[in-house]
Amino acid sequence: MKRAIPGTYILSGENTGKGYALNKMCFSFNNPANREAFKQDQVAYCRRFGLSAQQIRAIVDQDLLALQQSGGNIYYLGKYAVLLGLDVQDWGAMQTGLSKAQFTAMLYEAAA
Amino acid sequence: MATVVGCVNTSHIPSIGKALAHGLQKDPYWSPFFNGFPPIHDWLAEVKPDAVVVFYNDHGLNFFLDNMPTFAIGAGTEYVNGDEGVGTPDFPPFQGDEALSWQLVNYLVDHDFDMSICQDMMVDHAFALPLKLLFPGLSPFPLPTVPVSLNTVLYPFPSARRCAALGKTVGDAIRAWDSDKRVLVVGTGGLSHQLEGERAGHLNPEFDKQFMDSLLQENPDWLSQFSSEDIIEKVGTAGLEIIMWVAARNTLQGPVREIHRNYHIPISNTAAGTQAIAPFNLK
Repeated sequence: MKRAIPGTYILSGENTGKGYALNKMCFSFNNPANREAFKQDQVAYCRRFGLSAQQIRAIVDQDLLALQQSGGNIYYLGKYAVLLGLDVQDWGAMQTGLSKAQFTAMLYEAAA
Repeated sequence: MATVVGCVNTSHIPSIGKALAHGLQKDPYWSPFFNGFPPIHDWLAEVKPDAVVVFYNDHGLNFFLDNMPTFAIGAGTEYVNGDEGVGTPDFPPFQGDEALSWQLVNYLVDHDFDMSICQDMMVDHAFALPLKLLFPGLSPFPLPTVPVSLNTVLYPFPSARRCAALGKTVGDAIRAWDSDKRVLVVGTGGLSHQLEGERAGHLNPEFDKQFMDSLLQENPDWLSQFSSEDIIEKVGTAGLEIIMWVAARNTLQGPVREIHRNYHIPISNTAAGTQAIAPFNLK
């Protein structure tokens, strides 16, 4: 990236190496058998893909910001978040520190 | 020679799939979005396209970071709508148009667009949902298709300027095709939205409207003044998908007219937009 945009995580030459294993694991969730294997044992599934200890902790803690700071990208992390039963307003709330109701209200305010 | 009958650009929010599956078109939450389509359905019934080229971005279904083409084009007999792990319904395979695909591939490479050529590729919600919106209730999808995928996952992204040139060359390739086919072009994604980061929920209706207006100019190059970083700053990371709109719009030549537009905030976390544009003199 030629310049950083605050609050925004873009996959680029600077961070895609560090996120590769994490993104590859999330990409595997296109397969329903893999989604089931992850649900059975999250940590073992993460280890199979070679995630770092910090990334595994962020997966278990459902810490979307930490996952992005360690190279995870939303196009792939989205598959993980949906697997946890979270919708995109949940993601928005988790990342902005707002409640889900506050986050949704913020979207409606933009329309006004 | 073949004709480009017009372009339709629309958002491709995954939850549209659930709304379609559950018949929620008249639901108060969904109707401000679905109400944007009947005038476009009427226009499509008049212009009767018989093939569709779709500019869209793959969301980690067919392409992963091991092989990430900037511009990829399908040249297959059919395209499977695969499971992308986000709970969108799957539709029956979409039929390809191999003759049109190879016309585009040959013409594009001849004109310095070095495409990745995919004889077997899966298509995700960004390809499938807009087609279901434009031709509702028809399953399997009745028209042959050509998918063209633009990278918005891994930086560097193709510039708006380059996407405009790609679209123009696709339009020229269709017009140079020795065929009497009437081709519809679809661009999917946008408008402003950002799902990730502390800036999640970012929307920019003012810029969205300026952008839609710009596509009605005879020279629709307005977005080309902005870099990828500029566009992301203004309309959010996923808002960068408006480069699909630029590509689709640039397939049209000369003055244009707006068939219909619709804009509504929010559907999911997105400013949902739809805009159909046709060459001015074409019925």
